[in-house]
Parts: sequence; C-alpha cells; structure tokens
Amino acid sequence: MKLLYFAWLKTKTGVSEETVSPPSEVKTVAELLVWLKQRGPGYEDALADIDALRIAVNQEYADFTDPVAPGDEVALFPPVTGG
Amino acid sequence: MIRVQREDFDLGTELRALTEGNHAIGGLASFVGLVRDMAGGEKVGAMTLEHYPGMTEKMLGRIEAEALERWQLDASLIIHRYGHLEPGDQIVLVATASPHRQAALESCHFLIDWLKTKAPFWKLEDTPDGGKWVDARDSDDEAAARWAK
Repeated sequence: MKLLYFAWLKTKTGVSEETVSPPSEVKTVAELLVWLKQRGPGYEDALADIDALRIAVNQEYADFTDPVAPGDEVALFPPVTGG
Repeated sequence: MIRVQREDFDLGTELRALTEGNHAIGGLASFVGLVRDMAGGEKVGAMTLEHYPGMTEKMLGRIEAEALERWQLDASLIIHRYGHLEPGDQIVLVATASPHRQAALESCHFLIDWLKTKAPFWKLEDTPDGGKWVDARDSDDEAAARWAK
C-alpha cells in the first residue's frame, strides 16, 4: 500500500511518500489511521485529531468507514486551501 | 479545459483563445485569484502552493464536467498554478463562455467556489515566524454549499 502525505501531515510525519504493509486486520481507512498512529511520535502527533484530516483512496475522497486494500494509494492531508 | 502549471498565464491571451472562432458566444465570464500580502491581519511574504499531482487534475476535470452539465456553456477553462508565488501573483483563472451572460456568470462563480473546497491544493505562507500552513475557512465551505443540488 502506497501512502502519501501532504501539507502539515508531511511536515509532522517527516515523510512525503512511503510503502507500507499493514496487518491483514486493517480493512478500513479508520483502522489504517489507528495502525499508523502507533508507528512513532511524528505519526501520533500528525494523526492526533482525526477530524482535521481528509483522506483519499486511489485519488478519490474517502470516508473513515471506506475499505482499504494492499495495492491502494492512500493520501492523508488537511482540508484544501487552493484557489 | 484544465491546466495545472507552475508558470504564470496571460489573461488576455487565454480569454481570446477560449472564444476564438465561436460567434455563438455572447458572454464570457472570468475570475482571477491573486496572492494577497495580508492574511488574518498578519503580513505575509511569498507562499508555496503544494498539490496532489494526479488527483488535482482528476478533481478539476470533474468540477468542470459538473459545470458543463448544469449550464449551457460553449467553452470553459481552469488554470491553477502551484509552486512559489509572490504577493500580487496570479494563482488561479476560471473562465466560462456561453450564449448568454447568466450561464457564464453563474458557472464561473460555481467553479471557483467548488474548486476552493475540492481541489487538493495547500498554501504554505512565509511569515515572520516561518512557514505556516494556511487553515481552511468555514466560509469557503458555506460558499460551496450554496451550489449543492
């Protein structure tokens, strides 16, 4: 599974892109975030306020209950501020 | 048409190209977003606009398709820049052309409102205290919500 981090998610985790293999119990966006959170202080800080996050799975906005699978591209970012 | 680019654009050139040869167009509306030097009462220097290559084009394309479905348009254009930008620089151009003004004006307004809440761009402002990621504004969500069907 490919993970992408943008804006302050990237700053806080110190990672812009990585490939991970979460355990097979991780089946939803919410479960992925819980698993990510315990990977280190940077992740814990970045994911402290889940409601402040927006998630895209394969470049489509996703809800916390949406499924994730190996091979997916999952992006984590704050609400957008373009325009 | 969608363009995501680092380079600046020339408004006159873009608008002329959009309507050229199509004399059914009676109204052309455009909106240009510029970098301000103030944000929340604080002085801001330059900024860097980050985006999600791939998803950005996908979302902008979808937003444009929605406008084409809702209004009778002869042409539309969205240009969004990324990278380093200075106060006064152009960030975004939205333009729509239609036989009549109402469709052009409304769809132009719709496009910029929707783009601001859906296209994956993030502003990093240079402030005297260092780089600061800009927070999303509730007023932008409210502006976009007005166009919900």
